[in-house]
Amino acid sequence: MAREEWSKVIFDKLADAGVTLFSYVPDFGNTSLVEMADADNRTRTVLLSSEQEGVALCAGADLVGGRGVLLMQSSGVGNVPNMLSLVQSGRFPMLMIVTMRGEYGEQNPWQYPMGQAVVPVLEAMGIQCIRVERDDDLDQAVESAISASYVAGQGVALILTQKFLGAKAF
Amino acid sequence: MADFPDSTIDRKTLLPQLFPNPENYLLLAGLAGTAKDSAAWTQEADNLITLGGAMGAAVSMGLGMALSAPDREIAVLTGDGELLMNVGVLATVASVMPDNLTIVCVDNGQHGETGGQPGHTSRRTDLAKMAEGAGIPSVMTISSPDEIPATAKFLTDTPAPRFLCARVMPGAPTAYKRNWDLAECRLRFKRALSGT
Repeated sequence: MAREEWSKVIFDKLADAGVTLFSYVPDFGNTSLVEMADADNRTRTVLLSSEQEGVALCAGADLVGGRGVLLMQSSGVGNVPNMLSLVQSGRFPMLMIVTMRGEYGEQNPWQYPMGQAVVPVLEAMGIQCIRVERDDDLDQAVESAISASYVAGQGVALILTQKFLGAKAF
Repeated sequence: MADFPDSTIDRKTLLPQLFPNPENYLLLAGLAGTAKDSAAWTQEADNLITLGGAMGAAVSMGLGMALSAPDREIAVLTGDGELLMNVGVLATVASVMPDNLTIVCVDNGQHGETGGQPGHTSRRTDLAKMAEGAGIPSVMTISSPDEIPATAKFLTDTPAPRFLCARVMPGAPTAYKRNWDLAECRLRFKRALSGT
Protein backbone atom coordinates (compact mmCIF):
# COMPACT_ATOMS: atom_id res chain seq x y z
CA MET A 1 0.00 0.00 0.00
CA ALA A 2 1.37 3.43 -0.89
CA ARG A 3 2.20 5.73 2.01
CA GLU A 4 -0.41 8.29 0.95
CA GLU A 5 -3.04 5.57 0.86
CA TRP A 6 -2.52 4.10 4.34
CA SER A 7 -1.93 7.56 5.78
CA LYS A 8 -5.35 8.60 4.48
CA VAL A 9 -6.98 5.60 6.14
CA ILE A 10 -5.39 6.44 9.48
CA PHE A 11 -5.99 10.18 9.20
CA ASP A 12 -9.67 9.83 8.35
CA LYS A 13 -10.34 7.44 11.22
CA LEU A 14 -8.50 9.66 13.72
CA ALA A 15 -10.17 12.86 12.55
CA ASP A 16 -13.57 11.14 12.65
CA ALA A 17 -12.79 10.04 16.22
CA GLY A 18 -12.32 13.69 17.20
CA VAL A 19 -8.54 13.79 17.30
CA THR A 20 -7.53 17.39 16.71
CA LEU A 21 -3.86 17.53 17.78
CA PHE A 22 -1.29 15.63 15.74
CA SER A 23 2.01 15.97 17.62
CA TYR A 24 5.08 14.57 15.94
CA VAL A 25 8.79 14.30 15.54
CA PRO A 26 9.35 14.07 11.78
CA ASP A 27 9.95 10.67 10.21
CA PHE A 28 9.82 9.64 6.58
CA GLY A 29 6.99 7.28 7.58
CA ASN A 30 4.72 9.95 9.12
CA THR A 31 5.26 12.63 6.44
CA SER A 32 1.94 12.17 4.64
CA LEU A 33 -0.03 11.90 7.86
CA VAL A 34 1.43 15.20 9.06
CA GLU A 35 0.69 16.86 5.70
CA MET A 36 -2.92 15.70 5.89
CA ALA A 37 -3.30 16.98 9.45
CA ASP A 38 -1.84 20.31 8.36
CA ALA A 39 -4.19 20.61 5.42
CA ASP A 40 -7.46 19.70 7.17
CA ASN A 41 -9.23 22.48 9.07
CA ARG A 42 -10.43 20.07 11.78
CA THR A 43 -6.89 19.20 12.85
CA ARG A 44 -3.56 20.85 13.58
CA THR A 45 -0.01 19.63 13.95
CA VAL A 46 2.51 20.32 16.69
CA LEU A 47 6.17 19.84 15.81
CA LEU A 48 7.92 18.52 18.93
CA SER A 49 11.55 18.88 19.96
CA SER A 50 11.45 15.48 21.67
CA GLU A 51 8.92 12.67 21.62
CA GLN A 52 8.48 12.86 25.40
CA GLU A 53 6.69 16.19 24.96
CA GLY A 54 3.97 14.49 22.94
CA VAL A 55 2.92 12.18 25.77
CA ALA A 56 2.43 15.13 28.11
CA LEU A 57 0.80 17.22 25.37
CA CYS A 58 -1.82 14.52 24.72
CA ALA A 59 -2.46 14.22 28.46
CA GLY A 60 -2.98 17.98 28.65
CA ALA A 61 -5.42 17.85 25.74
CA ASP A 62 -7.39 15.14 27.55
CA LEU A 63 -7.64 17.26 30.71
CA VAL A 64 -9.72 19.84 28.85
CA GLY A 65 -11.73 17.34 26.80
CA GLY A 66 -9.56 17.21 23.67
CA ARG A 67 -7.85 14.36 21.87
CA GLY A 68 -4.26 14.22 20.67
CA VAL A 69 -2.04 11.62 19.05
CA LEU A 70 1.75 11.24 19.06
CA LEU A 71 3.53 10.27 15.83
CA MET A 72 7.15 9.14 15.96
CA GLN A 73 9.83 6.90 14.56
CA SER A 74 10.79 3.81 16.56
CA SER A 75 13.99 5.47 17.81
CA GLY A 76 11.82 8.08 19.54
CA VAL A 77 10.20 5.46 21.75
CA GLY A 78 13.40 5.55 23.79
CA ASN A 79 12.65 9.15 24.72
CA VAL A 80 9.22 8.58 26.23
CA PRO A 81 9.20 5.95 29.02
CA ASN A 82 9.26 8.20 32.09
CA MET A 83 6.54 10.43 30.64
CA LEU A 84 4.38 7.35 30.26
CA SER A 85 4.12 7.44 34.07
CA LEU A 86 1.26 9.83 33.33
CA VAL A 87 -0.69 7.08 31.60
CA GLN A 88 -0.46 4.65 34.51
CA SER A 89 -0.69 7.18 37.32
CA GLY A 90 -3.40 9.34 35.80
CA ARG A 91 -5.19 6.81 33.57
CA PHE A 92 -4.85 9.18 30.65
CA PRO A 93 -5.89 7.72 27.31
CA MET A 94 -2.84 7.63 25.04
CA LEU A 95 -2.38 6.78 21.38
CA MET A 96 1.04 6.69 19.78
CA ILE A 97 1.73 5.77 16.17
CA VAL A 98 5.21 4.34 15.74
CA THR A 99 6.74 4.01 12.27
CA MET A 100 9.32 1.27 12.61
CA ARG A 101 12.98 1.13 11.75
CA GLY A 102 15.54 -1.40 12.89
CA GLU A 103 13.76 -4.59 11.92
CA TYR A 104 12.78 -6.54 8.78
CA GLY A 105 14.95 -5.30 5.89
CA GLU A 106 16.85 -2.60 7.81
CA GLN A 107 20.32 -1.75 6.46
CA ASN A 108 21.31 0.92 9.00
CA PRO A 109 22.90 -0.72 12.05
CA TRP A 110 22.15 2.32 14.25
CA GLN A 111 18.45 1.66 13.94
CA TYR A 112 18.52 -1.85 15.41
CA PRO A 113 19.13 -1.26 19.13
CA MET A 114 16.07 0.93 19.69
CA GLY A 115 14.01 -0.69 16.96
CA GLN A 116 14.32 -4.07 18.64
CA ALA A 117 13.53 -2.55 22.04
CA VAL A 118 10.33 -0.73 21.04
CA VAL A 119 7.79 -3.34 22.10
CA PRO A 120 9.53 -4.46 25.34
CA VAL A 121 10.03 -0.83 26.41
CA LEU A 122 6.43 0.16 25.70
CA GLU A 123 5.03 -2.98 27.30
CA ALA A 124 7.19 -2.42 30.38
CA MET A 125 5.42 0.93 30.79
CA GLY A 126 1.98 -0.63 30.42
CA ILE A 127 1.38 0.32 26.79
CA GLN A 128 -0.44 -2.18 24.59
CA CYS A 129 1.14 -2.66 21.16
CA ILE A 130 -0.98 -3.30 18.08
CA ARG A 131 1.13 -4.34 15.10
CA VAL A 132 0.33 -3.75 11.44
CA GLU A 133 2.25 -6.16 9.20
CA ARG A 134 0.00 -6.58 6.18
CA ASP A 135 -2.31 -4.25 4.27
CA ASP A 136 -5.27 -6.30 5.44
CA ASP A 137 -4.40 -5.57 9.08
CA LEU A 138 -4.71 -1.83 8.77
CA ASP A 139 -8.42 -1.04 9.11
CA GLN A 140 -9.04 -3.22 12.13
CA ALA A 141 -5.77 -2.29 13.80
CA VAL A 142 -6.51 1.43 13.59
CA GLU A 143 -10.07 0.95 14.83
CA SER A 144 -8.85 -1.25 17.70
CA ALA A 145 -6.24 1.32 18.66
CA ILE A 146 -8.84 4.12 18.69
CA SER A 147 -11.30 2.06 20.75
CA ALA A 148 -8.70 0.96 23.27
CA SER A 149 -7.23 4.44 23.76
CA TYR A 150 -9.85 7.14 23.46
CA VAL A 151 -12.90 5.01 24.30
CA ALA A 152 -11.54 2.56 26.89
CA GLY A 153 -8.85 4.87 28.28
CA GLN A 154 -5.86 2.60 27.68
CA GLY A 155 -2.32 3.42 26.61
CA VAL A 156 -1.84 2.11 23.09
CA ALA A 157 0.86 2.09 20.43
CA LEU A 158 -0.04 1.36 16.83
CA ILE A 159 3.13 -0.17 15.44
CA LEU A 160 3.51 0.24 11.69
CA THR A 161 6.12 -2.41 10.99
CA GLN A 162 8.85 -2.22 8.40
CA LYS A 163 7.31 -5.24 6.73
CA PHE A 164 4.23 -3.09 6.17
CA LEU A 165 6.04 0.19 5.41
CA GLY A 166 8.88 -1.19 3.29
CA ALA A 167 12.55 -0.79 4.20
CA LYS A 168 14.62 2.26 3.29
CA ALA A 169 17.51 1.50 0.92
CA PHE A 170 21.03 2.84 1.66
CA MET B 1 25.34 32.81 40.92
CA ALA B 2 27.85 34.61 38.79
CA ASP B 3 25.55 36.40 36.38
CA PHE B 4 22.49 36.95 38.57
CA PRO B 5 21.62 39.17 41.50
CA ASP B 6 20.87 37.20 44.66
CA SER B 7 17.16 36.72 44.96
CA THR B 8 15.20 38.09 47.89
CA ILE B 9 11.85 36.52 46.92
CA ASP B 10 10.31 33.97 49.28
CA ARG B 11 8.70 31.29 47.11
CA LYS B 12 6.03 30.59 49.74
CA THR B 13 4.44 34.01 49.19
CA LEU B 14 5.03 34.32 45.44
CA LEU B 15 2.16 32.59 43.62
CA PRO B 16 -0.77 34.38 45.33
CA GLN B 17 0.89 37.68 44.47
CA LEU B 18 1.38 36.72 40.82
CA PHE B 19 -2.15 35.37 40.41
CA PRO B 20 -4.62 37.22 42.65
CA ASN B 21 -7.49 35.54 40.76
CA PRO B 22 -6.44 31.92 40.29
CA GLU B 23 -10.01 30.94 39.40
CA ASN B 24 -9.54 32.71 36.06
CA TYR B 25 -6.94 30.13 35.00
CA LEU B 26 -6.52 26.44 34.45
CA LEU B 27 -3.38 25.67 36.46
CA LEU B 28 -0.81 22.96 35.87
CA ALA B 29 2.10 22.55 38.30
CA GLY B 30 5.13 20.36 37.67
CA LEU B 31 6.54 18.05 40.28
CA ALA B 32 8.09 18.98 43.63
CA GLY B 33 8.24 22.55 44.96
CA THR B 34 5.82 24.27 42.60
CA ALA B 35 3.32 21.45 43.08
CA LYS B 36 3.45 21.90 46.86
CA ASP B 37 3.31 25.70 46.70
CA SER B 38 0.37 25.71 44.32
CA ALA B 39 -1.53 22.99 46.17
CA ALA B 40 -1.18 24.90 49.43
CA TRP B 41 -2.02 28.24 47.81
CA THR B 42 -5.25 27.04 46.18
CA GLN B 43 -6.00 24.27 48.71
CA GLU B 44 -5.93 21.93 45.70
CA ALA B 45 -8.64 23.78 43.83
CA ASP B 46 -10.55 21.96 41.09
CA ASN B 47 -8.80 24.02 38.41
CA LEU B 48 -5.34 22.76 39.45
CA ILE B 49 -3.41 19.63 38.47
CA THR B 50 -0.16 18.93 40.31
CA LEU B 51 2.35 16.32 39.19
CA GLY B 52 4.44 14.10 41.41
CA GLY B 53 6.60 12.58 38.67
CA ALA B 54 6.99 12.62 34.89
CA MET B 55 9.65 15.29 35.37
CA GLY B 56 9.57 17.72 32.47
CA ALA B 57 5.88 17.24 31.66
CA ALA B 58 4.48 20.52 32.96
CA VAL B 59 4.94 22.90 30.03
CA SER B 60 4.01 20.23 27.47
CA MET B 61 0.81 19.44 29.36
CA GLY B 62 0.01 23.13 29.56
CA LEU B 63 0.54 23.45 25.82
CA GLY B 64 -1.84 20.55 25.16
CA MET B 65 -4.42 22.26 27.37
CA ALA B 66 -3.90 25.64 25.71
CA LEU B 67 -4.38 24.24 22.21
CA SER B 68 -7.43 22.18 23.17
CA ALA B 69 -9.12 24.88 25.26
CA PRO B 70 -8.44 28.07 23.29
CA ASP B 71 -11.07 30.02 25.26
CA ARG B 72 -9.36 29.40 28.61
CA GLU B 73 -6.22 30.96 30.10
CA ILE B 74 -3.62 28.35 31.03
CA ALA B 75 -0.87 28.96 33.59
CA VAL B 76 1.98 26.47 33.98
CA LEU B 77 4.01 26.57 37.19
CA THR B 78 7.33 24.82 36.89
CA GLY B 79 10.78 24.78 38.47
CA ASP B 80 14.22 25.22 36.96
CA GLY B 81 15.08 21.52 37.22
CA GLU B 82 11.71 20.39 35.88
CA LEU B 83 11.93 22.75 32.92
CA LEU B 84 15.53 21.89 32.02
CA MET B 85 14.59 18.20 31.87
CA ASN B 86 12.46 18.99 28.79
CA VAL B 87 13.68 22.45 27.82
CA GLY B 88 13.17 21.88 24.08
CA VAL B 89 9.47 22.41 24.77
CA LEU B 90 10.17 26.16 24.81
CA ALA B 91 10.89 25.93 21.08
CA THR B 92 7.74 23.88 20.60
CA VAL B 93 5.69 26.54 22.39
CA ALA B 94 7.28 29.32 20.34
CA SER B 95 6.54 27.50 17.07
CA VAL B 96 2.89 27.07 17.97
CA MET B 97 2.44 30.52 19.64
CA PRO B 98 -0.63 29.76 21.81
CA ASP B 99 -2.16 33.09 22.82
CA ASN B 100 -3.52 31.68 26.10
CA LEU B 101 -0.42 30.18 27.72
CA THR B 102 1.65 31.67 30.55
CA ILE B 103 4.66 29.86 31.98
CA VAL B 104 6.06 30.75 35.40
CA CYS B 105 9.36 29.18 36.34
CA VAL B 106 10.05 29.29 40.07
CA ASP B 107 13.82 29.22 39.81
CA ASN B 108 15.59 28.39 43.06
CA GLY B 109 18.77 27.21 41.36
CA GLN B 110 18.63 23.84 43.05
CA HIS B 111 16.99 20.43 43.14
CA GLY B 112 15.03 21.00 46.31
CA GLU B 113 13.13 17.73 46.32
CA THR B 114 16.24 15.56 46.35
CA GLY B 115 18.23 17.49 48.94
CA GLY B 116 18.96 20.93 47.53
CA GLN B 117 21.76 19.97 45.17
CA PRO B 118 22.89 22.91 42.98
CA GLY B 119 21.34 23.16 39.53
CA HIS B 120 22.59 24.82 36.34
CA THR B 121 20.79 28.09 37.04
CA SER B 122 22.90 28.54 40.19
CA ARG B 123 25.88 28.68 37.85
CA ARG B 124 25.76 30.22 34.37
CA THR B 125 22.42 29.20 32.88
CA ASP B 126 19.70 31.82 32.40
CA LEU B 127 16.32 30.29 31.61
CA ALA B 128 14.79 33.60 30.59
CA LYS B 129 17.44 33.97 27.90
CA MET B 130 16.76 30.41 26.80
CA ALA B 131 13.05 31.20 26.53
CA GLU B 132 13.86 34.34 24.57
CA GLY B 133 16.23 32.40 22.32
CA ALA B 134 13.56 29.77 21.75
CA GLY B 135 11.31 32.52 20.41
CA ILE B 136 8.88 33.12 23.29
CA PRO B 137 7.64 36.68 22.59
CA SER B 138 7.17 37.94 26.16
CA VAL B 139 9.85 37.19 28.74
CA MET B 140 10.49 38.74 32.16
CA THR B 141 12.76 37.99 35.11
CA ILE B 142 12.19 39.05 38.71
CA SER B 143 14.42 38.49 41.70
CA SER B 144 13.17 40.99 44.28
CA PRO B 145 9.76 41.48 45.95
CA ASP B 146 9.86 45.08 44.68
CA GLU B 147 9.53 43.75 41.14
CA ILE B 148 6.43 41.65 41.79
CA PRO B 149 3.87 44.47 41.22
CA ALA B 150 5.21 44.93 37.68
CA THR B 151 4.32 41.33 36.86
CA ALA B 152 0.59 42.15 36.92
CA LYS B 153 0.79 44.02 33.63
CA PHE B 154 3.21 41.47 32.20
CA LEU B 155 0.93 38.53 33.02
CA THR B 156 -2.19 40.11 31.53
CA ASP B 157 -1.18 42.63 28.87
CA THR B 158 1.86 41.29 27.04
CA PRO B 159 1.48 39.02 24.00
CA ALA B 160 1.31 35.32 24.91
CA PRO B 161 2.94 32.91 25.16
CA ARG B 162 4.70 34.46 28.15
CA PHE B 163 7.58 33.26 30.26
CA LEU B 164 8.20 34.67 33.73
CA CYS B 165 11.38 33.58 35.45
CA ALA B 166 10.98 34.19 39.17
CA ARG B 167 14.33 33.82 40.86
CA VAL B 168 13.59 32.84 44.44
CA MET B 169 15.65 32.25 47.55
CA PRO B 170 16.68 28.69 48.23
CA GLY B 171 14.51 27.08 50.85
CA ALA B 172 11.70 24.63 51.34
CA PRO B 173 8.38 25.08 49.53
CA THR B 174 5.16 25.34 51.51
CA ALA B 175 4.52 22.23 53.59
CA TYR B 176 1.32 20.63 52.29
CA LYS B 177 0.13 17.05 52.09
CA ARG B 178 -1.49 16.80 48.69
CA ASN B 179 -3.43 14.13 46.85
CA TRP B 180 -0.99 11.82 45.07
CA ASP B 181 -3.69 10.01 43.11
CA LEU B 182 -3.43 11.58 39.67
CA ALA B 183 -6.28 9.49 38.27
CA GLU B 184 -8.61 10.90 40.92
CA CYS B 185 -7.31 14.44 40.38
CA ARG B 186 -7.74 14.09 36.62
CA LEU B 187 -11.40 13.13 37.01
CA ARG B 188 -12.00 15.91 39.56
CA PHE B 189 -10.47 18.46 37.19
CA LYS B 190 -12.43 17.22 34.16
CA ARG B 191 -15.74 17.10 36.04
CA ALA B 192 -15.28 20.63 37.36
CA LEU B 193 -14.39 21.91 33.90
CA SER B 194 -17.38 20.33 32.19
CA GLY B 195 -19.69 21.31 35.04
CA THR B 196 -20.94 17.77 35.66
